[in-house]
Amino acid sequence: MTRQLLWRLLTSIPVLLGVLLVGFLMLQVIPTDPATIIAGPSGTAAEIEDIRRQLGLDAPIMMQFWFYLLRVMQGDLGRSIINNAPVASELVTALGPTIELMVASLIWAVPLGILLGTLAAMRRGQVFDRAVTALSVAGVSVPAFWVGLLLLQFAAFRWQLFPLQGRGGPLWTLNGLHHVALPALTLGLIFIGPVARMTRTAVVEVLGADFIRTARAKGASEFRVVTRHALRTALIPVVTLIGLQIGSLLGGAVIAETIFGWPGIGRLAVGSIVSSDFPMAQGCILVLACGFIVVNFVVDALYGLLDPRIRSKVR
Amino acid sequence: MTPDVPLIEVRGLRVGFHTSGGTVAAVDDVDFSVRTGETLAIVGESGSGKSVMSLSLLRLVPSAITSGEILFHGEDLLAKPAHAMRDIRGGRIGMIFQEPNTSLNPVQTIGDQIVEAIQLHEAVGKAAARARAVEVLELTGIPSPKARMRSYPHELSGGMRQRAMIAMALACRPELLIADEPTTALDVTVQAQILDLMRELKANSGAAIILITHDLGVVAEMADRVAVMYAGRIVEIAPVTDLFDGPEHPYTIGLLSSMPSIDGDSDTLTPIEGSMPDPLALPAGCRFQPRCPFAIKRCAVEAPPLETVRPGHLSACWRAPLLETLTRGGQQ
Repeated sequence: MTRQLLWRLLTSIPVLLGVLLVGFLMLQVIPTDPATIIAGPSGTAAEIEDIRRQLGLDAPIMMQFWFYLLRVMQGDLGRSIINNAPVASELVTALGPTIELMVASLIWAVPLGILLGTLAAMRRGQVFDRAVTALSVAGVSVPAFWVGLLLLQFAAFRWQLFPLQGRGGPLWTLNGLHHVALPALTLGLIFIGPVARMTRTAVVEVLGADFIRTARAKGASEFRVVTRHALRTALIPVVTLIGLQIGSLLGGAVIAETIFGWPGIGRLAVGSIVSSDFPMAQGCILVLACGFIVVNFVVDALYGLLDPRIRSKVR
Repeated sequence: MTPDVPLIEVRGLRVGFHTSGGTVAAVDDVDFSVRTGETLAIVGESGSGKSVMSLSLLRLVPSAITSGEILFHGEDLLAKPAHAMRDIRGGRIGMIFQEPNTSLNPVQTIGDQIVEAIQLHEAVGKAAARARAVEVLELTGIPSPKARMRSYPHELSGGMRQRAMIAMALACRPELLIADEPTTALDVTVQAQILDLMRELKANSGAAIILITHDLGVVAEMADRVAVMYAGRIVEIAPVTDLFDGPEHPYTIGLLSSMPSIDGDSDTLTPIEGSMPDPLALPAGCRFQPRCPFAIKRCAVEAPPLETVRPGHLSACWRAPLLETLTRGGQQ
């Protein structure tokens, strides 16, 4: 298991390199020239040429990428073109709120989704089951930005139940919770549907298994059968799904952060792309990709925790 | 308890299912009883309803419509509330299943699963329950039982899994053990070991066994009495030697003559013509009648009741006692 996880870490190095290369190339393709932007509308051709040389933009592309890599490995992600702040420290500042928002969304959406899915599986074919199915289809189909805007319009603006914009402090303070509520609700709603559906399918399948019959024959109550025997096996595909869905959650975070003025990576990414702040945009992409790699790593570790067969297969 | 009162007595048991083609009775009007310390084998082909019947004794068949009476110590299990039923399952009646590969929880250790069985029925601490689990594992002859407690099912062989399964079923010292094809999924050599084990455990604990099997060899080795099931009904029930020496029901005769034996001539193997009837289109009268070489007109009209042919030997056949009938008629 440990070896498998180490191998996983090693293989994420080429992934990271790929991300760096794509991020780097994407900005080469965009028809805007950073030097022109830095020089401003009054910059002369000579000034622009000077800036190009300073930034190393006159070197061949492969050399530029090599220098970029060296700098990244030293933790130097460059400086923002817009306000000259170091990209790395900006990213660190923005990472906290994004993780906070993710945690605040997952912490209610995942348990609730699993609970709804499990109850639906136990009441298969009944009204509750149908209601959960309908709800999850609705949850998957409704775009996050629409839900976000509705919440903003009604819960925050008309009824003034929640603040309109921004972060109100750490999660453990009342003000922090008050501010995170709407964006976390928006993000979490994307999640509940798929989690509930996958849990329902997995639990229904596991409940038909022979070992569930054995548990019943031992005299276990239905509650015990589901919580102690069925859920642990059923959670394996659910964990996979959650891992895959984190990608869409990152996308959702960009939307939710933009709508609710949440000072995280998503808003930073959108802002930097809109203002052609290339070093910042590259940094954001790098952080989001790292997030994805970390999540996949955690999912792999969870598999082993949930299923001893996986643990011993790669020993 | 007086020795005359059976440990478990089944009266008029019916187990049905709703299907798109109508209601199907997998078990139809079955009566039998088992005394303390006795082994009753229930034999039949797949589809004869023997597995469904064994599961329905503990009310473990989902979405089944069950009627009749299952008297355990004189109390009807079908009338018991769910919580009382849970006390009996795994506590006073243990169950062993056919597939040790899939019948154990793949993500829990053997130890945890046995400990759970113990703690569900007895108010003992974790440590005491574990000690007891090691003890029952040892009884089943698993090598180094302490280490096996920490094993997961996939780390054990099929035979070891079935031993663990048996340990789990016996952990609370049940008065009755229901074993549904306990050796079918195992290698022949392991089969013999498991059968030996069950016999030994039974001799030590005095528990009664209901053994579901399609293997007449297993029956000959294990059973005190045998019930033969065909298409949801018991067609013959008799002490084991009596059944092998003098089978009465034409279906039983067919089963025995289709079984190869070491000293027998393989040329005399005769399969039973035809196949099991569709449960949605059961024949009128006796259900074996379309395949029966001895059928008379009455067989297609009226279903024969299970009646005593000799003391302790019951058969559901209009022509019983068959041998006498045939010799008297001087035909065949």
